[in-house]
This record gives sequence, C-alpha cells and structure tokens, in this order.
Amino acid sequence: MSKRFLFDGRPVVFEDGQTILQAARAAGHYIPHLCWHPDFPPHGSCKLCIVKVAGRHVSSCAMPAKEGMEVESNTPEINGERRALLQMLFVEGNHFCPSCEKSGNCQLQALAYDLEMTGERFAHFFPERPVDSSHPDVLLDFNRCIFCELCVRASRDVDGKNVFALTNRGINKHLVVNAESGRLGDTDLAADDLAANICPVGVILKKRVGFATPIGERTYDVKPIHIVAMEDGK
Amino acid sequence: MTAELETAEGREKLRKVAIDPVSRVEGHGRVTLLIDDDDQVREARLHIVEFRGFEVFIQGRPYWEVPVMVQRLCGICPVSHHLAASKALDRVVGAVPPSHTATQLRRLMHYGQILQSHALHFFHLSSPDMLFGFEAEVGKRNIVGVAEAYPDVARQGVLLRKFGQEVIRATAGKRIHGTGAVPGGMNRHLSMVDRDALRADADQMVAWSQAAVELVKRLHRADPDLYDVFGVFRSGLASLVRCDGAMDLYDGVLRFRDGDGRIIRDQVPDQDYHQVLQEDVKSWSYMKFPYLIERGPELGWYKVGPLARVQNCDFIPSPLAEAERREFIDHGKGDVVHAPLAYHWARMIEMLHAAEVIRDLLDDPACTGGELMAQGSRGHEGVGIIEAPRGTLIHHYQVGDDDLVTMCNLIVSTTHNNQAMNTAVREVAKRYLSGRKLTEGLLNHIEVAIRAFDPCLSCATHALGQMPLVVELTGADGEVIDRVVRD
Repeated sequence: MSKRFLFDGRPVVFEDGQTILQAARAAGHYIPHLCWHPDFPPHGSCKLCIVKVAGRHVSSCAMPAKEGMEVESNTPEINGERRALLQMLFVEGNHFCPSCEKSGNCQLQALAYDLEMTGERFAHFFPERPVDSSHPDVLLDFNRCIFCELCVRASRDVDGKNVFALTNRGINKHLVVNAESGRLGDTDLAADDLAANICPVGVILKKRVGFATPIGERTYDVKPIHIVAMEDGK
Repeated sequence: MTAELETAEGREKLRKVAIDPVSRVEGHGRVTLLIDDDDQVREARLHIVEFRGFEVFIQGRPYWEVPVMVQRLCGICPVSHHLAASKALDRVVGAVPPSHTATQLRRLMHYGQILQSHALHFFHLSSPDMLFGFEAEVGKRNIVGVAEAYPDVARQGVLLRKFGQEVIRATAGKRIHGTGAVPGGMNRHLSMVDRDALRADADQMVAWSQAAVELVKRLHRADPDLYDVFGVFRSGLASLVRCDGAMDLYDGVLRFRDGDGRIIRDQVPDQDYHQVLQEDVKSWSYMKFPYLIERGPELGWYKVGPLARVQNCDFIPSPLAEAERREFIDHGKGDVVHAPLAYHWARMIEMLHAAEVIRDLLDDPACTGGELMAQGSRGHEGVGIIEAPRGTLIHHYQVGDDDLVTMCNLIVSTTHNNQAMNTAVREVAKRYLSGRKLTEGLLNHIEVAIRAFDPCLSCATHALGQMPLVVELTGADGEVIDRVVRD
C-alpha cells in the first residue's frame, strides 16, 4: 500500500525520503520556488515554496512528506505570503526589468507575474551595487541578486571552482567573488561553467548577447512559469 | 526680435504669471511671465522643470543594454532613442555599416514612428486649437471635441497613428518600448503575415496623409494673417540630409542654414557633431541651449524638426511629398517660411513622406529575409544621429574595454529648439498678451506657440487631456490679483 498525503485536497502518492515539493511535482502539482533546483539538495532560503501543514508554515523543498499530511499550497493566504516575499526581494535589490537582458527569462519576474504581483508595496532600498565587468565573457550585475546561492553551489559542487560565496548577514548579506581582488576577471570562471549559466535572475550574464532574442519570444513570454517549470523539470 | 524679454530688470517689482504645467505637449514644462504695472510683459521664459539624469546613470551599464534602456526617455517616440543608440553602438561592435536588411528594417521602424508621432501630435494635440480657435470653449478644445465635430478627421487621425504603431510592433516586437534594434543590427525580420497586413492598409494611409496635408493647407489659406504671422521669428535651420541633399530621417550628414536660407555648413559627418555644436547653460532651465560654434550662442541657435527639415533638404525622395514640399516652398515666395504654425503643414508633408516610404519598404524583400547582424573590429566610441519626429536627435557614447559605458551625451530634439521655443513664447506674449487682462484663452496662445514645435519637454509621456492648469497673477506684495483655473 503506497503512502499518501493530501495536497490542496487531492491525494498525492509519495515514497519515503521525498520532500513535499518533490512528491507534489512528481504528481503534477507545481509549487513556486526560486532557490530550489532538482540537481541540488534543498536550500530553504527563498521561502517561496512555503506551504501550510497542520496550521504551520514549512518549506516544502526541505520538509519530508509524511503519511496523512494535509498540505495547503495554492490558496489565497499562501499565495499572498509568497507575493509579499517577492515584493521584498524586488525592493531589496535594483530590478529594472525594462532594460534587463534577463527579462522574459527571469524566474523572479515570471513568478511576480504568476502570483499577480502588481506593485512594490514596500519602500525601495536602492542599494549601491556596482557592476563587475572585469571578466572577458561574463558580466556580474549584483543589483539583481536574490541570494539563492545556486551559483555558489554550482561552482563549488559541480564546477569544483568555488568562485562565488555569500558574505555578511541579514540586510548586509551580499554575493562576493572568491578572488583576492574581489573581481570576477581574476577567477577561473569559464563562460560554459554551470555556475555561469544557472542564475535564475539577471546577475550572471553572458556578455555582448543582449536582446538577441526578441521580447515576446522568450521563455516566460510564451508560457507562464508554472507550466514551464513542470515541462522542463526545473 | 524679443531677446530683451529673456531677463527683465527690476524683476522683484514685477507681477508673475505662471502657466504650469504647459498642457497638450509631451512632458512637463512651465511658462513664467513677468508683467509690470501697465500690464506689459517684461519677461517670458519657457522652463523645463524636470531633471532626468539619463546621461549619468547610463554610465557604468553594459553597452548592449543601452538601446533598450534609453528609449525609456520617452513614451511617444521611444523608437528614436532606440535607433539613435543602436546606430551609435554599431560603431562599438564594428558594424559599419550594418547589413542592408537591418538598415531597411530600422528605416521601416523609424518611419512608422514618424507617422504615428506626427499623427498623434497633429490630430490629438494640436488640431483642436486650429479647428476650433485658440480661445474656443476649453471643454471642446480637445480630441473628443474634434471627434464630435469632425468625426472623419478624428477617425483618420486615430487610424493613421494606429498604423504607425503597428509598423513599430511588427519591427520592434511591441508598439512602445520594443527591442528590435541591437548594436550591430536587428534581432528579427518582418514576418510575412505582418507584411501582408500592413501592405493591405498602406495605400489608404498615403491617401489619408494627403488629406491631412490638404486640411492644413485649407487652414493656412483661410487665415493667412494668423498662420503666417503668429509668433514668427527668424532663425537658422538644422537637420540631417542625405549626402545628395535629399530628405532622410534615418541617416545622413548635418546641414545648417541661416535665417535667410543660405547654407552655412553642409556635409558634416555625424561623428563630428561636437566640432560644430556646443551647448549653453542658463540658470533658470534644466534644458541646455545648443548653438553652432562658429556663429556663437547669440546668433548660432536654430530650429529643428519638420519646418527646418522640409526647407533644409533639396528634395524629398517620394513623389507625393515632394510635390507638397514644392508648394510649401512656393508659399514662402523666395524666403524661408519661419512661421511656427507652418510646422504643422511641414509635419503633415513629412507624414505623407513617411507613409510613402513605409509602403515602398513593405515591398522590399530585404525586410522579410537576409542577414540581420554585422560585426567588425571593436571600437570604443560612437555617435548616432537620427531625425526624430521632433527634430535632430544625437546620441554619443564611449565604451571601455570592459564593455561598460564611460560617457553618454544626449542632445534631444527639443533641446535644439529651446531657444526657438522661448523666442516664440516671447513674440506671442508681446503681441497678444501685453496690456490685456489675462484669460485662459489668451494664455492658450502661448501654449499654441509651444505646441507648434511638438516639444518633448522631458521625453516622458503624460496622460492626455488630464493636465490641470492654475494661473495666478500675483502683485509685487504677494497678493493674488487674478486667478484662472482649468480642471
């Protein structure tokens, strides 16, 4: 007899060791996320994947599925909280979608559309984050970092280079480059490293390819993220 | 001339009247008038009160973002900034020249922009003044009033603009703030579906543009004392022309004429603009005052835009518009036409030209196929000049080895016309307002003069018809003597 839990009132079969997010996705149910990636262990930092289980908020990417759980995900309450998290992410950085090369391919932007975020709600921080353009092939625009650490994990665990890290805590947390100069050009990052290609937003970008794909023909211009994420498994 | 009205003596003793904001123009500006005890206008200034700062915050950004970022300067003619920046940055990526296909597609986008912007300005923003009169009932003096009284005119205006917007969408991906042009070329062809749909309407657009020229000519004929005289002043003319002297709104060399129509500079390559132009600064406006260096700031200012272009070129390379240009030139009886209201006539001739160019480009197979991108040796500097709907637009960038912009200089069309608009305001204030009790209609005379130049005061859009106007006449002691409110 397989184990089950209820996801928004519908039964989901799971295997021991699966998280709520993994089991729900396997059953065809999308849960919004930014820092989670199928190729890496759960990170649990963005909190977009929060669900409600027995009255408590939990990160579905990290919470093991259990027999008989009743999970609430796609509800006005939970989506409202996800929207608030997105709004906080937007005001903490400098996100100018109109001139961002990632626009249309950006998961943050796509989730904002998907969760019907229509305004900032909170006061902008307007942080000072200079661009690092020292690398010949890769641009680093810290303005858009959401601290998902996917580049950190990819560089450390897959590329074996340890190019990126997060430093400081709380409001002072920011992405740094692991070089004495602090410049990307002084690392051994290569343009085809996974770390250079995994950023869900517009921080790590290939140089000199801006707007080669017309707006309107990009990934999330064509389909919303809750469809794309289930089709490509990410 | 009315140069003495730029700064009055004993300003603190004069009454101040402000038109703030100026309505039915693009962006935000205000006019201040200082009036003495005999109700004579002693000072008149058009102020640009917004500060945008694009030239600074572009610095430090990667160059490939720039054509998309700078077009946010404007909601009415973003394509002009998009293309001027792309042209400048073509030099940085070594795309000199860009491919034939990219050039033709950009031309198509640009002439779509000319068509929609000229239609918007004439039908939506200015035709109410001309069709109803400058002092007509204010509630009627708008595009809705035009639609009620002249439904065919309003309908054609709306559909002409729509067609231009569709041309932009088909080439840039969006009607406003698209991404078609990139440094080095274009990122898309014109689809056959779009080509066929636009081609089906193109002849109608040419016909309606001809009708618009006829409408302006009728207005001129009906009241030459107004149209040839209102706010008139003599100044130089400046624009791009094609190397052979033809009108070309997308690319060419700079040509300058003096107020009598004599060519004083010609064949100036776009990359050398800074060798002939300089900008003056005045403490009371955020907008600079460009002038031709060799003539100095007092004599070297000039008009740009349709009135300058139609008279600066030797011919228009499309038959219907060229015939209209000849009639326009004949109207001047051997002299340059300087009347600000003739801007509208010249603007409609250009709209007709744009409609003809679009129709012909739609038949060009280069728009639907061919190489989109070009590249060559990397450069570090580029100037892109284009004739935007409102006049000559200059973008100048320097880019470092790390691909980030290190310098940005933008001279937008309305900046070139700064002195000209101020002079028009002074001429109108002196002739129509001095010695009279101020009314909303009288103050609208000043706005009519400004509107003729189709200024883009901040290169930012605003809600049409929603601009409130409060004018207060204040005595030297601060007492409000007169107050006019337009909700």
